[in-house]
Amino acid sequence: MQLVILLIALGAIAALGYFLARRKLLGGGTGDTAIRPHSMPGYHGWYVALWCALPSLVVLLFWLLFEGRILEALLVSHLGPEIAALPGEMLGLLLNDIRNLAAGDAVSRDADPALMAAAERYGAMRTTARAAMLGGGLALAVAGLAWSWRRVAPAFRARHRVERVVRGVLILASFVAVVTTVGIILSVLFESIRFFSIVSVGDFLFGLEWSPQTAIRTDQVGSSGAFGAVPLFTGTLLITLIAMLVALPVGLFSAIYMAEFASPNVRNAVKPVLEILAGVPTVVYGFFAALTVAPALRGFGDYLGLDVASESALAAGAVMGIMIIPFISSLSDDAIIAVPRSLREGSLAMGATRSETVVKVILPAALPGIVAACLLAISRAIGETMIVVMAAGLAAKLTANPLEAVTTVTAQMVTLLVGDQEFDSAKTLAAFALGLALFLATLALNVLALYIARKYREQYE
Amino acid sequence: MTGAGWQVSKHSARRLKKRYRRERWLKALGVLAITVALGVLVLLLGSVIARGYPAFVKTEIALEVNFKAELIDPGQPGGGRYGRIIRNALFAAFPDVRERAERRRLLKLISRGARFELRRMVESDPELVGTVKKVWLTASSDVDMLTKGSLPRDVPQDERRLSDRQLTWLDSLDAAENVRTRFNWQFFFGSDSREPELAGIGGALAGSFWTLAITLILAFPLGVGAAIYLQEFAPKNRLTDFIEVNINNLAAVPSIVFGLLGLAIFIQLFELPRSTAIVGGLTLMLMTLPTIIIATRAALAAVPPSIREAAHGVGASPLQVVTHHVLPLAMPGIMTGTIIGMARALGETAPLLMIGMVAFIVDIPAAPFDSATALPVQIFLWADSPERGFTEKMSAAIIVLLAFLIIMNALAVYLRRRFEIRW
Amino acid sequence: MAMTMTTMAATETASGPAGHVPPSKMEVSGLDVFYGANQALFDVDMNVAENRVSALIGPSGCGKSTFLRCLNRMNDIIEGCKVSGNVLLDGNDIYARELDVVQLRARVGMVFQKPNPFPKSIYDNVAYGPRIHGLAENAGELDEIVENSLRRAGLFEEVAERMSASGTSLSGGQQQRLCIARAIAISPEVILMDEPCSALDPIATAKVEELIDALKQDFTIAIVTHNMQQAARVSQYTAFFHLGKLVEFGETEAIFTNPEEKRTQDYITGRFG
Repeated sequence: MQLVILLIALGAIAALGYFLARRKLLGGGTGDTAIRPHSMPGYHGWYVALWCALPSLVVLLFWLLFEGRILEALLVSHLGPEIAALPGEMLGLLLNDIRNLAAGDAVSRDADPALMAAAERYGAMRTTARAAMLGGGLALAVAGLAWSWRRVAPAFRARHRVERVVRGVLILASFVAVVTTVGIILSVLFESIRFFSIVSVGDFLFGLEWSPQTAIRTDQVGSSGAFGAVPLFTGTLLITLIAMLVALPVGLFSAIYMAEFASPNVRNAVKPVLEILAGVPTVVYGFFAALTVAPALRGFGDYLGLDVASESALAAGAVMGIMIIPFISSLSDDAIIAVPRSLREGSLAMGATRSETVVKVILPAALPGIVAACLLAISRAIGETMIVVMAAGLAAKLTANPLEAVTTVTAQMVTLLVGDQEFDSAKTLAAFALGLALFLATLALNVLALYIARKYREQYE
Repeated sequence: MTGAGWQVSKHSARRLKKRYRRERWLKALGVLAITVALGVLVLLLGSVIARGYPAFVKTEIALEVNFKAELIDPGQPGGGRYGRIIRNALFAAFPDVRERAERRRLLKLISRGARFELRRMVESDPELVGTVKKVWLTASSDVDMLTKGSLPRDVPQDERRLSDRQLTWLDSLDAAENVRTRFNWQFFFGSDSREPELAGIGGALAGSFWTLAITLILAFPLGVGAAIYLQEFAPKNRLTDFIEVNINNLAAVPSIVFGLLGLAIFIQLFELPRSTAIVGGLTLMLMTLPTIIIATRAALAAVPPSIREAAHGVGASPLQVVTHHVLPLAMPGIMTGTIIGMARALGETAPLLMIGMVAFIVDIPAAPFDSATALPVQIFLWADSPERGFTEKMSAAIIVLLAFLIIMNALAVYLRRRFEIRW
Repeated sequence: MAMTMTTMAATETASGPAGHVPPSKMEVSGLDVFYGANQALFDVDMNVAENRVSALIGPSGCGKSTFLRCLNRMNDIIEGCKVSGNVLLDGNDIYARELDVVQLRARVGMVFQKPNPFPKSIYDNVAYGPRIHGLAENAGELDEIVENSLRRAGLFEEVAERMSASGTSLSGGQQQRLCIARAIAISPEVILMDEPCSALDPIATAKVEELIDALKQDFTIAIVTHNMQQAARVSQYTAFFHLGKLVEFGETEAIFTNPEEKRTQDYITGRFG
């Protein structure tokens, strides 16, 4: 609530600053018209408005990020040393109850007087903190207004200042991508390191058995879980291989046909329809694999006397292949079209047929682009989640038989993390280790693909 | 002037025939590939629509309901014993059913949610107490499936969800014109439920709305700002190269990894509430950002340099050149890219699973900090449910999702066609 | 038959006092070309003399390249391009229904403005045509064809040591001679050249011009050029195109020294173009 008030008030102060600055400049201009202001009045307005809003917003952001932690620390120190000495999870639960109690929600334990007192105290601290935030934010805004308004003068280079701020904001925006990458690496890496302190890297990478059931009680025997990820890797590769076997021929041949043989009318009609395949959400493909393709394959297998698992790798892989078709066809299409017209004409002028031109000149020339497309497609396939979660099952089996059920890295990540889990168990941490493996694999494929694609573009520029 | 001069040797004629045969083969393969792709698309859409369209109607059963005063306190209609009222009404309609087991089967014709429908009626009109009225109540999922033909009638009793007796009851109700199908508004405005006949996508739609709203509010300015800097102002050096590689790479990082990031950063580090639209929106924002940046850069790059030179020539500052001239011209392209990015975010499921937006949530989220789920996640949840009724609901939810995606993509295509300037 | 066209300056001058008139390899009459709604060529009549070099000159956009591309039906590739009129090769209509365009192009080769070697080895570039047309029975024969073609293109000495290097690794002039070698490897009867020297430096240009002169012993050559000196140097016949019409056609010497049309004169003396 205070937050909304503060934001509205900030907006109002900034608007006020804008008009005050404009008026000062325009009003001042009547006195000595000899001096033409360096910047348009609007820039002076923006300058003051920025000074009103920006410092406050920055402080507010940090406040919101750290308020919870600081309040918690204060509360714990107030509750006394025996509470502070509680193990992490217990303390977390207790604090959670106090928070809920303060908010007036139901809690999991009886509200004894000590807890009530703590909750009251927490509520009071929160109210004070919020009031301080509101007051501080407004004071900062008014101070900014006063300081910057005094600087408004015809000779003041308001436009330069404003543009510098805007440019700074733009630079910050462009760093979000870098921060995201760093965030991914750090978050995945830290949890993975914790995981590898429980399970050794060798066991994880080369272990043949995967059964992430850890002990519920510490005194339980023989259920420490096995975290050998090889069955997941092979399962992922099997499904990816099936997907590529479907997607590569279909995607490539349709790209060739579209680029070299189809009339413009056919191209204009078919291309957008093919692109629909790319826009279908993966959960829909998962539905299709689980409810349409898998039963059909199973029925067909029965007809032939084959034993097809109801969650066979074939069903998931085939549907994943369908998902990737537009990916391969549109990237290959780009690569084929990027082959210079002169090569095509050179070959046709020698009396080559169109198919000879395609097979012997255009495809070899477009090969790097097509390879890059395939690498990106593989990267997409191994990172695809919903289809395998819904259609590939969870049995970590080490097999190359496409008719059996296998599981994949992504499917296991979902299973490990969905549901209520503590964040410290080997089970949840394993998901991050799998995430790290997945991230590194796709990163390598993407970088390689981008490198090949870039080299290829340079070749014809 | 005939083609007499084109007579060629037998050898080369044979060879030519062979060459053209190969040509036809390649063409045939191309046509086959396209046919396969289109065929699968038709199959996919067909299977969704065939399973899903019945969910847009629901079955209702009419009963003579006696709103007995002793069962409802007019002052407190919320505390009425509506379950009892429905039972009474059913038993009154079939007075010859006496056994307990049979009576329980009889009750299975009406949805368990029917009592809430009665409560709502009485709450809005307390005058009803003490009257007898014919009321249309939602039928149970099994009845619903049967009347819509989704479950077969003509199979042995033990392969059916409804017994022979139940079918007779239903038929007698039907004969008295007490069974009807109506457009299922509840599907669009209700939220998730344990009972398939009551489940709706309203909650999921609201969750998707809040999630996408946050994604859009954050990703659009950030993405456009980053693209403007990189395309218009950034010096060409190693740092900007690095940023560019980063962006291109992020665009190809699997979405589930973004889910891990959201879990570790937003939930564990910043302690934002789990399962909420705010976390979902932030996560999808990071995922959508590269798409918007790349699209915006392409749109900016398509504005010819002569426009920039002209603006510089009349003394505009670099920022003015961009905001007054380049950006407006690039806007259609930016909008198109943004819509496509948002469409992708709307269909995204995996990262939302990671941040716990898979909970069973009955309340429709009213703000970004409420627990929520999203439309594709709702589809995933229903796909896990064994009941036939949920399969139908899931397919219908897919139809709605695809409809939204088609509208968004059509809008993007329209914008591109309508405003695109070819230089 | 086609030689009796009286309107053409070509026939008049060519059948003039000298008497030893070379036979026509290709005869074009009433040629109209449309790109969509735009007409690019208007009723062009012209003969290409056997074992001679015919140059097509004119300002850019005048239709000379379009005309050239009609001679081996490369215009078929361009969408929306319509060709009407007669184009005869040794008296046979190349737009006839029963004609196979692949065979036509094997007889009428082409060299393009920008050197366009395939991204393959030098050897494979030259061997490409013989392979697809099945001209060589075995590897030895193919080697022979490739070496011969490279020799006749004056390139063999320069590339003999690196036949497996990529064709794109050669210099511009070498690339263009490679393309010529590639074209002559299938022993066409006519070679069409579309501004073959416009992307080359003067030294490379001189080499290609020498080559053209030597090649006319065995081939009929039609060359589009924007360079009038080049036309004067290499050709025996010259056609001047302007705005899609053939303005004047005749022996090169006559065209350059004593043109009949004023427009030709203006163009040659550099008043426009």
